[in-house]
Amino acid sequence: MTSRSPTPGAAALILAALSTLGLLVVLPLAMVFHEAFRQGLGAYLAALAEPDAWSAMRLTLLVAAISVPLNAVFGLAAAWTIAKFEFPGRSLLVTLIDLPFSISPVVSGLVWVLLFGVNGWLGPLIQELGVRVIFNVTGVVLATVLVTLPFVARELIPLMEQQGADEEIAAITLGAGPWTTFFRVTLPNVKWGLLYGVLLCNARAMGEFGAVSVVSGHIRGLTNTLPLHVEILYNEYDFVGAFAVATVLAALALVTLALKSALEWRHAGELAAVRRH
Amino acid sequence: MTPSLALARAPRARRSWRKASVLPGFPLALGVTLTWLSLIFLIPLSALILRPWELGPAGIWAVVTDPRVLAALRISFGSAALAALVNAGLGLLIAWVLVRHPFPGRRLVDALVDLPFALPTAVAGIALTAIYAPNGPLGQPLSALGIQVAYTPLGIILALIFVGLPFVVRTVQPVLEDLSKDVEEAALTLGATPPQTAWRVVMPAVAPALLTGVGLAFARAAGEYGSVIFIAGNMPLRSEIAPLLIVIKLEQFDYAGAAAVGLAMLVLSFTGLLILNSVQGVLASRGRA
Repeated sequence: MTSRSPTPGAAALILAALSTLGLLVVLPLAMVFHEAFRQGLGAYLAALAEPDAWSAMRLTLLVAAISVPLNAVFGLAAAWTIAKFEFPGRSLLVTLIDLPFSISPVVSGLVWVLLFGVNGWLGPLIQELGVRVIFNVTGVVLATVLVTLPFVARELIPLMEQQGADEEIAAITLGAGPWTTFFRVTLPNVKWGLLYGVLLCNARAMGEFGAVSVVSGHIRGLTNTLPLHVEILYNEYDFVGAFAVATVLAALALVTLALKSALEWRHAGELAAVRRH
Repeated sequence: MTPSLALARAPRARRSWRKASVLPGFPLALGVTLTWLSLIFLIPLSALILRPWELGPAGIWAVVTDPRVLAALRISFGSAALAALVNAGLGLLIAWVLVRHPFPGRRLVDALVDLPFALPTAVAGIALTAIYAPNGPLGQPLSALGIQVAYTPLGIILALIFVGLPFVVRTVQPVLEDLSKDVEEAALTLGATPPQTAWRVVMPAVAPALLTGVGLAFARAAGEYGSVIFIAGNMPLRSEIAPLLIVIKLEQFDYAGAAAVGLAMLVLSFTGLLILNSVQGVLASRGRA
């Protein structure tokens, strides 16, 4: 593309697009930081130093540390199955893996209550066993795992389909074992795509609100994740506190976007060409 | 595979339900995939589909035709459809500018398009509320004009436009990138006006992708919760969304009722997507003809 000064029509279009994005996307982001620092740096830091904020941070990290690796393994297994083999029901499987994306986060939380809540199918059973799922960290993890289920798989499936199976077939034919082939041929080929999927999966896992809100019970210091803590503080009219915690999540979003863009620019050839969000 | 080849391979002695491959690991990978998918998604989903029937068909009907539930469904799906429509225009504009009109800082702007994906919904919700509340930086001038955004249905639509924006941009953008500029230039050289070119040459090419993006934005918006509840005001019958009603029913331990509303949302979502899919099919076949 040549860089010449745009025609008046083009300039108007660029201006319209930029003001849309500025108004719709940049302004809310700026507002988060503006509100957080409304009463100065001291109040901001004090809000972040609250023990409840710290325990919310710890829980958010814990939940992501459990759910992201699980869904990464699932994504690798699903992509290996779907991209390297042909079998009946293959496209149905792809549709099913994508489905959690079209379901309301609240429904993704609701289904766990229907299973494990006091009136749930398995509620009496787990009560006898002395296990709690709902209003407990376990429920928060389950809801997060469901919401983030497709992220790694939907990045790896098109990528592995694109790459085909020739390299793996060559490795196997030359006598490499199955795990050697996977770790020395497949994994290096998809590493950037895997990282990309993990990145998006992690952002959603740490930021999920609706699904987690249904199962958590909002017990401060115990089952409160960062996004839920934002809600509690906001509803208590502690706006500086709510926005201070929100800056942590906004920073996470910005870091995610920066890393994602870096991957897209530097390793575009090693990511899936066809990607749907 | 050509038909003749298929015939030639049919009378094989050992038949397998899947195509033969020298690659190992199919049973293990399929096993892991199906086990995880069942435990995390299919079994919980079956609870959503089966539990409402405890109420019987008449009971389910009574729940979903309750005026408050009907209003909530109408607000969720109506606002989602409106927001998706707005996003069709805005997304098309942004994708077009990003692909066809390079400007300094384009890469940064391109990355920012994904912010609504990356920003946790609760954060977006409180930020939008702060902006459009009657004392907010935009809410104040707007309310001086007599326009209330926060705590009204308009606020719901605004939040849904925010969450849906990236879907249309990201589905249309690659199609525009592939669309050869020569075709447009040919149309213009042959005497078509720019609007004619945009409508008769560019639109037919991007229409299927645009519909896909609109469908994704709609599905996401219809179930959206976090970014909406802060700005909605949550007045029953007026600005109460369906997911919030599920939360309320669960707080009253009305599991079957909550599941019935969830099931209704699922059915409505898929109906919407099915309609969009068939429109897309018609468009695609017309494009080929």
